[in-house]
Amino acid sequence: MRSIHRMQRTVFARTTRVVLGVAVLGWLGLVSAADAFQASEVGAAPTGRASRRAVLPPQVEKIDKAMESAWVDAKIKPSAVEDEIKWCRRVYLDLIGRIPSFEEFSEFAKDKSPDKRYTLVNKLLNDDQYTEEYAAHWTSIWTNILIGRNGGMEERSLIDRQGMQKYLRDSFARNKPYNTMVYELVTATGTTKPGSEGFNGATNFLAMKVNEENGVQATAAVSKIFLGLQVQCTQCHNHPFNQWKQQKFWEFNAFFRQSRALRRFVKGTNDINYVELVNQDFAGEGAHPEKAEIYYQLRNGVTKVAYPVFIDGTAIGKSGYVSEVNRREELGKKMMESDFLDKAIVNRVWSHFLGYGFTKPIDDLGPHSPVSHIELFEQLSNDFRESSYDLKQLMVWITMSKPYQLTSKIGKENDSDDPSVGELPKFSHFYTRQMSAEQLYTSLAVATQANRRGNLEEQQRRREDWMRQFIVAFGTDEGDETTTFNGSIPQSLMMFNGELIREAISLEPGTWLHQLSQNRAAPQDKVQYLFIAGLGRKPKPEELTVATQILAARKGEVGGMLQDMWWAILNSNEFIFNH
Amino acid sequence: MWNRYVTPRGMTRRHFMSHAAGAGAMMGASLSFGHSLRVHADELKKSRKSCVLLWMGGGPSSMDIWDLKPGTDNGGEFKQISTSGDVLISEHMPMMAQQMHHMAIIRSMSTREADHNRGRYYMHTGYVPDANVDYPSYGSVISHEVMSQRPELEIPPFVSVGGASEGPGFLGMAWAPFNVTSNGRVRNLEMSVDNDRLMQRRVALETIENSFIAQKRGSVLEDHRKVLGKTFDLLTSKQMEAFQVDKEPEAMKEMYGKNGFGQGCLLARRLVEAGVPFVEVDLGGWDNHQNIFRTLQNDRLPVLDKAMAALTSDLADRGLLEDTCIVWMGEFSRTPRINADAGRDHWARAWSVVVGGAGVKGGQAVGATNEDGTEVVGEPYSSEDLMASVCHALGISLETTFTSKNGRPMKIANSGKLIKDLFA
Repeated sequence: MRSIHRMQRTVFARTTRVVLGVAVLGWLGLVSAADAFQASEVGAAPTGRASRRAVLPPQVEKIDKAMESAWVDAKIKPSAVEDEIKWCRRVYLDLIGRIPSFEEFSEFAKDKSPDKRYTLVNKLLNDDQYTEEYAAHWTSIWTNILIGRNGGMEERSLIDRQGMQKYLRDSFARNKPYNTMVYELVTATGTTKPGSEGFNGATNFLAMKVNEENGVQATAAVSKIFLGLQVQCTQCHNHPFNQWKQQKFWEFNAFFRQSRALRRFVKGTNDINYVELVNQDFAGEGAHPEKAEIYYQLRNGVTKVAYPVFIDGTAIGKSGYVSEVNRREELGKKMMESDFLDKAIVNRVWSHFLGYGFTKPIDDLGPHSPVSHIELFEQLSNDFRESSYDLKQLMVWITMSKPYQLTSKIGKENDSDDPSVGELPKFSHFYTRQMSAEQLYTSLAVATQANRRGNLEEQQRRREDWMRQFIVAFGTDEGDETTTFNGSIPQSLMMFNGELIREAISLEPGTWLHQLSQNRAAPQDKVQYLFIAGLGRKPKPEELTVATQILAARKGEVGGMLQDMWWAILNSNEFIFNH
Repeated sequence: MWNRYVTPRGMTRRHFMSHAAGAGAMMGASLSFGHSLRVHADELKKSRKSCVLLWMGGGPSSMDIWDLKPGTDNGGEFKQISTSGDVLISEHMPMMAQQMHHMAIIRSMSTREADHNRGRYYMHTGYVPDANVDYPSYGSVISHEVMSQRPELEIPPFVSVGGASEGPGFLGMAWAPFNVTSNGRVRNLEMSVDNDRLMQRRVALETIENSFIAQKRGSVLEDHRKVLGKTFDLLTSKQMEAFQVDKEPEAMKEMYGKNGFGQGCLLARRLVEAGVPFVEVDLGGWDNHQNIFRTLQNDRLPVLDKAMAALTSDLADRGLLEDTCIVWMGEFSRTPRINADAGRDHWARAWSVVVGGAGVKGGQAVGATNEDGTEVVGEPYSSEDLMASVCHALGISLETTFTSKNGRPMKIANSGKLIKDLFA
């Protein structure tokens, strides 16, 4: 802190006298638009006079009770409830993938009803005006889960990324039950590309995972994503840390052996036009299609046989003829009956909203993984099944629960609750975390009205082009990848100088910032507007002081000052973190 | 955090310098200060160690490169040739064969992680993946340990070229790899404003930043501030020229090979010269489940051979090899047995890595495998042992201990033991 003040003195030394003048003359007259924010900072806690309030689903209370008793057991005291404007920002980010606009902030701030949080959650989930954004947000999350950030971007890829996204967008827009979605993804047949004959976007999930290496990618992805079982290590040998055995891996793998992704070429060329995912009769490796077996080798070279058997030990018919046994459909049916299906998704959604799941990593539910809040986890999983796999219901339970209302401020009585150092999460405060690159991009689009050309689909495509700069691959056959949008220097450089930020702070006529600079309001009101739009709060006195100093250094040019302040806001931790 | 860095001396000075430099630029009065530091830096240069990790993503086959078994069922198609050291290697590594007097092959690596992600993590950190603790990788550990020797360094101390490397774990994002492409292009370096204005923006930014940190919302916010500081340093640094691999003479580019990995190795040499303590260069494509011999002979080995030989001889010619440790490894190796698709699958039980420079005794093989390459003969070595030996070569004490945030003390390199035969 001290060094900042020293630096501030040096940087602005030449302009001090001008500063004072501006402070007196220019910054008089407070704004009315932001008055609502003053009042809301007090924040009504969600637990109030029950008589006047909407009835929350019983799962909310289940969560609250389980959390409260775990806090008592751990001898910690949860943080206070977050002020509602900060909470509003949080719930927009998590449910629809962006921060609220100035108008949306104001509307929420003005609402005096004790049910305002519940009203907002329901609005974001169910109001038509948000359907597209809700679907787009969950589509980008699930695209990354199913085919990775790079899936369909490589040359000669078998995946049509847009086809995948079209399927997901339709599914989320209609709030398709989760189990139906899984069944469709696992059993899909048809073509990958929108507009092609027999198009079924769900095929893109497996299109690139069935041909190579006898479908081990499909085996690993389906079990990990939908059942929370990490089996990839057991492909070659029994693994010491995993109760899955090599036999089980190949029995699961056998379900995918009728599946092929067939390339369809652009007429007269070698370019892949699209891919058709089909089920074909499988002769087995012993050439007995009526009993189509596969072979695998133990590390000592002994060869073993496997037929399709689900993880719970249930075998299906051994025939390789699709007309007799459609192996992927059989797998889909077995998955629908498995508890692991429920747990894997509840864990994933919980972790999306609360920063950590009940297990770490969230897609490893094997017996070797320690589980926090085990009874609650099982109850929620069960309740989710009974709610007919309604994802929006699950989101209501979580976003209205106590842990999701808490501030991210850590107190003395819960500073031990830090999962980043290896403790099981207690959810006694909100865990501060960085926005995803997608959330950042979309938030900037809302806050600055930039990048809004075209419909949501085109915007999504532009965003993915932009995202490619952050992808780094690992050079394995499995297409593993990571992102440099992880809080390291490349991300900061992008935020400092990148085109996206240049656009966001552009003063070209027609831009949002240009309009603001031309507006007749006082400079101070404009700065206040920036803080509310970016951070959902009014500027603090020291922040106004810096703005005043910059205005003086800019010799009174308001546009330049707004540019600098907006740049600083967008680069700040308070902006880039979900808190 | 490392115990002996409870108050990280290097960091404090750098932090102070960055502010002083920023303020000085406004005042036009920082020259004398900068000058005295540079003199100090010249003294330190004498003890300045670096490490270049050549990371072979996918798991390259030891038996076809460094530890051939000709004439056995597992031997495969390649012959071995003699080298400038006392070792035989693959016939498809003829240029490296001329440099082997600088390098030691450790032929008795034996590990248990044969999944790509787990193996990559284990070989980079010395720890198996653990849901509870995120461990720092080679580049983070080493750059963190030697930064006190580099007060003058303004560019990131851990650079990853053409690949992702692994993260800084509990050391925090300030020690994350700085990822660049192999042509050294760093995105978004172009500033749209002059230095005065950048510094004004910095004051505004740090004002917001600090008041939010004061609200105690988690340590990730501290990391964010540190990364911002490093970004400001780098934006105004002349040292960024080290990334401009294009400035090398054409003959030099040719010598390393005009492909991603070749230019990446050339970039690594430039960065080492500029004082960067840790550079990782990535060459993927070793996951050869099919057609391994064709892929290695026609594609991977020529690229590797040329670039690795150029890097070794170039560092030696410039007198840098005695202070620079070159490490060649992947996440594991490949099965001795050749599969039905003329490929080899994942194998971690017995395999090779290569180390050279920084006092490592070259021209030798340490350890051995049995006749068909399936088992280690004699003492097996682990990722921990390798990491400990590399740290030792770089002058980092193996007694260095750090304590995770939950108070658990941990020795550097997961208490790995020194592979004594590597050092004469």
